[in-house]
Amino acid sequence: MKYRSAFDIIGPVMIGPSSSHTAGAARIGRVARTLFGKQPSKAEISLYGSFAKTYKGHGTDVAIVGGILDFDTFDERIPSALQLAEEAGIEVIFTVEDTVTDHPNTVRVKLTEGDREIELVGISIGGGTIEITELNSFELKLSGEHPAILVVHNDQFGVISAVTNILSKHQINIGHMEVSRKEKGKMAIMVIEVDQKIDQDVMTELEGLPNVTQIIRMVD
Amino acid sequence: MLFRNVAELVELAENKGVKIAEIMIQQEIEVTGLTRDEIIAKMDRNLTVMEQAVERGLKGVTSVTGLTGGDAVLLQKYIQSGKALSGNILLDAVSKAVATNEVNAAMGIICATPTAGSAGVVPGTLFAVKEVLKPTRMEMIEFLFTSAAFGFVVANNASISGAAGGCQAEVGSASGMAAASIVELAGGTPKQAAEAMAITLKNMLGLVCDPVAGLVEVPCVKRNAMGASNAMTAADMALAGITSRIPCDEVINAMFLIGQSMPSALRETAEGGLAATPTGRRLQEEIFGKKQ
Repeated sequence: MKYRSAFDIIGPVMIGPSSSHTAGAARIGRVARTLFGKQPSKAEISLYGSFAKTYKGHGTDVAIVGGILDFDTFDERIPSALQLAEEAGIEVIFTVEDTVTDHPNTVRVKLTEGDREIELVGISIGGGTIEITELNSFELKLSGEHPAILVVHNDQFGVISAVTNILSKHQINIGHMEVSRKEKGKMAIMVIEVDQKIDQDVMTELEGLPNVTQIIRMVD
Repeated sequence: MLFRNVAELVELAENKGVKIAEIMIQQEIEVTGLTRDEIIAKMDRNLTVMEQAVERGLKGVTSVTGLTGGDAVLLQKYIQSGKALSGNILLDAVSKAVATNEVNAAMGIICATPTAGSAGVVPGTLFAVKEVLKPTRMEMIEFLFTSAAFGFVVANNASISGAAGGCQAEVGSASGMAAASIVELAGGTPKQAAEAMAITLKNMLGLVCDPVAGLVEVPCVKRNAMGASNAMTAADMALAGITSRIPCDEVINAMFLIGQSMPSALRETAEGGLAATPTGRRLQEEIFGKKQ
């Protein structure tokens, strides 16, 4: 089931004009911002398919940048997001791509600040609902609607159980989980959507685990 | 999940002897873990956003490009002149649907139902039938949950995205959702609500998404007008006892398959249909200059 809630259908409350090209785009930008954890100094945005063809008319550009500025879908500052980003010192680069993607509303967002960098691919599947399908070249599926943790780790036995043991100790229930790796025995990622809030002490404990290289928290 | 298709939804409501809205609320409690009060309050806030959008649109707005705006006001004046041919409630629904979409095109705040491009139909019909049926606030909230239930089935079994399935997936879905909700608010049975949805969606099949210059303005605003009037007519037909020969779930599946075979030029790329007409092209050039 792609849609789970009545509010996926009656909602979101948003700035017009398009739920997929404006609200969905803003949500993808905001997930990127959340995953990055802070304001970037540079945002490189590549648009594909219908996003590429109609972004000007739908305000897709301002919406994504608004999301990167941490604006919600109904934030009235969205129409002026490009100017606000410039004022905040964020360099924004848009590229329109010809490549045909699996989903017509696809965007690739790369955020950088110094050495810090994330790159993700998001799709807007209709009515403002989105999915993140790729993060730092890992394929994954993240809705952005639930608290989640992303664990970058070495692909070795025991890491998954160590992580889930900590979650279980803190009475955190896992709603959805997947593991993805680029190559056997190399770097891997766990995406864990949970039902409860993830406190900092849980984060610290996870970060201390052997073979875990990075933990990213995604708050609802 | 309590239901995956319209048949299951109707059966559940009938067996429990409750409205479709109630099944949607129960499912929401189950899926989200929120309390009934929290869920009702959330929908109440969405209803308020819809009310404010209609109010704002009826005062008159204009989009940034100037392509749309002011038609809701024209229609209200025409209704008041007493010369309207097609009935005041129907035209009121059309006018309020247009009002919402004019606000959307002007980058105002709206509530997507199920999308922004089709956000006029559900509130437009609700605030029009409100004048005759005099629902309580709770009944208006239930109207939205009924719409959500039917939209939920369409979204999961077909599509609510113009880029994926054309306008039939957006205004078509919205129109079917609204028709079902009108029937339920007017006292019709869950089965009649499903018939209304089927009749409506059947008449929206094949509708393409061809926005001029890629803007959610032309023809989107007027498609919402027709979506509202289609919903009102189908609701009355279902309440009169008329049924659809093709069951609702099969109509939804037909919509999905039609969307899959629709060429990309007619799925929100602004490359076909009205967007590709000489006037559509000219407007695009006037707004964005030659070749983006």
